[in-house]
Amino acid sequence: MSQSLKQPNRLKEGGRIDRARRLSFTYNGKTYQGHAGDTLASALLANGVDVVNRSFKYSRPRGIVAAGAEEPNALVQLGSNEAAQVPNVRATQQALFDGLVARSTNGWPNVQRDAMSLVGKLGGRFMPPGFYYKTFMAPASMWMTYEKFIRKGAGLGRSPMERDPDSYDHLNQHCDLLVIGAGPAGLAAALTAARAGARVILCDEQEELGGSLLDSRELLDDRPAAQWAEQAVAELAECANVTLLPRTTANGYHDHHFVTLHERRTEHLGETAPTVDGVRSTRSRMHRVRAGQVLLATGAHERPLVYAGNDVPGNLVAGAVSTYIRRYGVVPGNRLVLSVSNDHAYRAALDWDEAGREVVAIVDARRHPDGELVEQARARGIRIIEGSAVIEAKGDKRVSGARVATIDAEAFTVTGQAETLACDTIASSGGYSPVIHLASHTGARPTWNEEILGFVPSLVKGVHAAGSARGVHDLAGGLADGMAKAREALTALGRSADAIELPRADVIREGQACALYQVPHEKPTLRAPKQFVDLQNDVTAAAIELATREGFESIEHVKRYTAMGFGTDQGKLGNINGMAIAARCLGKSIPEVGTTVFRPNYTPVTFGAIVGRHCRDLFDPERYTALHQWHVEHGAEFEDVGQWKRPWYFPRTVDGKKESMDEAVARECLAVREKVGILDASTLGKIDIQGPDAREFLGRIYTNKWAKLAPGRARYGLMCKDDGMLMDDGTTSCLAENHFLMTTTTGGAAGVMEWLELWHQTEWPELDVTFTSVTDQWATMTVTGPEARKLLGEITDIDLDRDAFKFMDWREGKVADVPARVFRISFTGELAYEINVQANYAMHVWKTLFEHGEKYGLTPYGTETMHVLRAEKGFIIAGQDTDGSVTPEDLGMQWAIGYDKPNSWVGKRALSRPDTRRTDRKQLVGLRPKDPSVVLEEGAQIVFDPDHAIPMPMVGHVTSSYYSPTLKSGFALAVVKGGHQRMGETVYLPMVDGKTHAAEIVGTIFVDPKGERQNV
Amino acid sequence: MSEQTATWYNLYDARPQVEVPAESPLAWSYHHSGRPAVGEKSRVVLRERDMAGHLILRGGAIVLDEAVRQVLGFGLPGRPNTLTRDESGERSVQWLSPDEWLVIVPGGEEFALEKRLREALGDAHTAIVNVSGGQTLIELSGEKARELLMKSTPYDVHPEAFPVGKGVTTVFAKANLILRRPTEERWELVLRRSFADYLYRWILDAGAEYAIGVEG
Amino acid sequence: MFLIYCPYCEEHREEEEFHPKGQAHIARPADPEACSDEEWGDYLFFRDNPRGIHHELWVHAVGCRKFFNITRNTVSYEILETYRMGEQPRFTAEYPEGKPAEKKSAAAKEVAQQEGVKA
Repeated sequence: MSQSLKQPNRLKEGGRIDRARRLSFTYNGKTYQGHAGDTLASALLANGVDVVNRSFKYSRPRGIVAAGAEEPNALVQLGSNEAAQVPNVRATQQALFDGLVARSTNGWPNVQRDAMSLVGKLGGRFMPPGFYYKTFMAPASMWMTYEKFIRKGAGLGRSPMERDPDSYDHLNQHCDLLVIGAGPAGLAAALTAARAGARVILCDEQEELGGSLLDSRELLDDRPAAQWAEQAVAELAECANVTLLPRTTANGYHDHHFVTLHERRTEHLGETAPTVDGVRSTRSRMHRVRAGQVLLATGAHERPLVYAGNDVPGNLVAGAVSTYIRRYGVVPGNRLVLSVSNDHAYRAALDWDEAGREVVAIVDARRHPDGELVEQARARGIRIIEGSAVIEAKGDKRVSGARVATIDAEAFTVTGQAETLACDTIASSGGYSPVIHLASHTGARPTWNEEILGFVPSLVKGVHAAGSARGVHDLAGGLADGMAKAREALTALGRSADAIELPRADVIREGQACALYQVPHEKPTLRAPKQFVDLQNDVTAAAIELATREGFESIEHVKRYTAMGFGTDQGKLGNINGMAIAARCLGKSIPEVGTTVFRPNYTPVTFGAIVGRHCRDLFDPERYTALHQWHVEHGAEFEDVGQWKRPWYFPRTVDGKKESMDEAVARECLAVREKVGILDASTLGKIDIQGPDAREFLGRIYTNKWAKLAPGRARYGLMCKDDGMLMDDGTTSCLAENHFLMTTTTGGAAGVMEWLELWHQTEWPELDVTFTSVTDQWATMTVTGPEARKLLGEITDIDLDRDAFKFMDWREGKVADVPARVFRISFTGELAYEINVQANYAMHVWKTLFEHGEKYGLTPYGTETMHVLRAEKGFIIAGQDTDGSVTPEDLGMQWAIGYDKPNSWVGKRALSRPDTRRTDRKQLVGLRPKDPSVVLEEGAQIVFDPDHAIPMPMVGHVTSSYYSPTLKSGFALAVVKGGHQRMGETVYLPMVDGKTHAAEIVGTIFVDPKGERQNV
Repeated sequence: MSEQTATWYNLYDARPQVEVPAESPLAWSYHHSGRPAVGEKSRVVLRERDMAGHLILRGGAIVLDEAVRQVLGFGLPGRPNTLTRDESGERSVQWLSPDEWLVIVPGGEEFALEKRLREALGDAHTAIVNVSGGQTLIELSGEKARELLMKSTPYDVHPEAFPVGKGVTTVFAKANLILRRPTEERWELVLRRSFADYLYRWILDAGAEYAIGVEG
Repeated sequence: MFLIYCPYCEEHREEEEFHPKGQAHIARPADPEACSDEEWGDYLFFRDNPRGIHHELWVHAVGCRKFFNITRNTVSYEILETYRMGEQPRFTAEYPEGKPAEKKSAAAKEVAQQEGVKA
């Protein structure tokens, strides 16, 4: 590994870096030095690193262009080890820390020698817009092969393959005013609101709050502007009502002023978060801000000019040059040519000159520039070439010269002979585009402002923009605007804020800028050397021109055809230039062409921050019953039922060998059919229903009758939607005349509760009835099997005599000394008691049952056995045997439909619609595979004629299928067209593996059709 | 209560008359996730008030207010999303919806309370549901308790928005719970039994950086 | 992520606490058996999908569990009002800026009377 200790481009003094703190870092395998306060980009430039990437499509060498979020080229892959890998980090936004390891994202085998660069050299004709669509899409089967190669060449970064050692979280924030951007407008706004006592959040994506003030040439109150920024930040930091968030990017503006901020908490300290007091810090955090009002002080991005060769390393935007010099003490070259359309950019030349390096010339597209900064440059003896522009940059891996010529911007022609100036750096400025991304996220379309030659944000109610973000680019104006907009925002909240005293700023007289986007070349655009519009996506002016010639007129289509503004770039540097070129080609104005929509996120957000702590064992709630610990200790395998963890089966270990699921389920099934089993049924939804109209309500919401259900009795009920389709089922018990306990399916509990409330609150508010969820209050244990009565009899004071406590009765008493309601309800077809006790005492009751149950062979069983046993009895599971398109009649459950009830209960009318009366509806039947060893696949499609040509008409599917240890055969429930009239017929199930199973249509009850076993 | 109304509702004491082992909804969590000790560095402290009596009252505010005043000595909260408490702070009534309140009393009092309320209410159409086994109450205190809540709930817990005496049902992590602020220093969370372990693990995880400790 | 004013809790809450339940003011026909198949089909399946002002039924699922109505602009997503069951909207497609004041107060009075009867 080689090392470089010199920083050839670092100035002896100046900048906001800490020269006493040297940091070493590794880039593409080479070690360099930088300083605390550097970004990776400023450190690379200090070290004279020119090529930081290879371009996406043409694989051309690329250098650093900008100094902030708008940087299109310098994307790096961070991480010294696998777990620490982070892709697509902008070097301009990554603070330098000691030991940082970075690689350029693109470039294979490396950025200096790139295998793909031949493509770039061959020129645009080989890769026109739509190239990928046109070239690689056919044959479709080959795309995977192409993609691998393209991606390797393009290199889009990669995610880590090892577990991330860091933790992330979310913080929910609320404030009166969220100020995004801590430059002059943002600071003035925050101060105004803070002093008025409002709850304020001020965030800024940079390492330090202050924005453009940090590298400004200007004075505030006769002191460097940065000093005022420091003072303002210090005051804000002291305010209890203000939250300051540096290193925090506002990435998404969502509905109703919900803004997501991505705070990088430790990324400036190291590649993983440090440990403080034995606790590891949170690496990054998503602030979920609900703001009363939002003030966008997001500033502006400088637009580079579009000229030939403008992507060669050494081409920068003018403002970035100033930032590197003034903030980081780095001059990114020796000999500068500055090409501008406005006064503001002259600062770059002044800063360059003051840094002691040569300004070769300022090339100004205007014929007679005359602002104060122009005069300052003239006074220093800097050559100003008027009415001209850099039309072409020369050089390969670094700029070697600039071809300069007089131009006629309006006629889009070069009017004079080109002169070549030797230089290593070309900085350009075509004006300033307000950063309107966040405003665009709200759905508001920006409007073109001819005065500032840029789009300014349209604002929905509650959103304000101030300063450069709405085209107020001068310092004094920005400060005043920030204060004014903050006051407006607080007024909108019904509060007020006094004006604050703003620092005095000198007013610099600037001349009018001219409109210049793409610079003309001697050759027509399509034949000129490449002029790049979007550097990240390798979109050229020619590509846009070609797109318009191919008939793409909408800017949205041009964008998609050329990929302009795609991906992580989101058109920060290139979009306006692209629109201007499209407008020129289409003979329209920029506002006529319109703008594309910017979408969240503004810059990439790590998955860690998005996920927060909702990961691993906290990914989703796991709901446990009161008996969970017992299940775990007894080796249960668990099944997810909604969010519940239910015991699936309880494998035993015999002679050191653990049972398979099939073995365990067979054993559990036989235990229930022959002895006694126990199921934790606590997850069933339970709803306490009280009120004089409870019974009437049940009669309207269930399909069957409830008028005569006496206290002490329970009844099975079906619940339909008003379209007649079954939605849930369960038993409901009459606890007292006006008091019922409803049970629902485990998965349907919350939905049924909301359903009852919907009908009560919106349709029948006159009914006096209330619903309260008691799912968690009661633990439910089902003791079932021929020995159930004997077992329960040992520990209860309830009279279990078959005549005193009949099937579908419930009784109150004590079980294991605990007050219990016991229901004689059976989902297994065997004698069964469902014991409900308050959940706090469930473990005691459960354990007591086992103390007494051993001699009866008491066997715990899980959901799988429950399914086999219920299916053997033809009991349906709503949501498994039904799917929202099945009526009770389709299920053959006419016995549970009260056609003659006095009211039109929910679902009734729909049962007489022509569709529900069809005789060829899919109806629930049993299937007996001809080969008893076959267990049909759930979901398998059913056909009547296996020899029918493909596509075969599919007439139904298997809904439930198991092996029955009682029948010693596979069996299934299925829906089959007209199935109820097809008993005894044979159907076929063609499988993916080419086999076809045959099965006989039978009734749905496979075991004990007369129901004698449950009624003993 | 007339003889007839006595048959209207199933009045039922779910608490055993003899001593039997009982488990709070967090029993498994303490066993499985442990209870980090409270130390000097603990900036959040969690304490469970288990086995309390929890009743849901449903009905009209005026008639219920009268009955509650008569039986508990203090009335229903007058405003949405607020709670009232007796002087000891051990008994509270919280607004849950325009016709629904949560009463929390020391464990063992709930059945007697339900009976006395039923008597006081007479024929008025109200519902009372004992949910003592279905939920538990935990307290959070400490200088970072509010920040821990900010990590967990989108509800604004700033003192301006969440003054003492407020209580809301809201989202917490990916579940929901009742969040209340009975005193300046203390937050109360009412957890549903089946979600209690998830919420406990969430709180420990979010509280790790504040060296959260669990009392008891 | 909407911020929704619950007319029963009398404060704004995050959208996470609510469930949307479709178009508001779809009354179930008083006598379903008297409906033609077409009328019943309309009630079951057909809903408006306007660009602009729309009335929606929501429920404060994680909260007071009450159903209420929202008048929302489907283009801007602005929520113009929320109102309790039984009340009528002030903002409608016909009156996007709100119904004239006197009509509104009359409507409110009517609602108050209805509620008085119920209470």
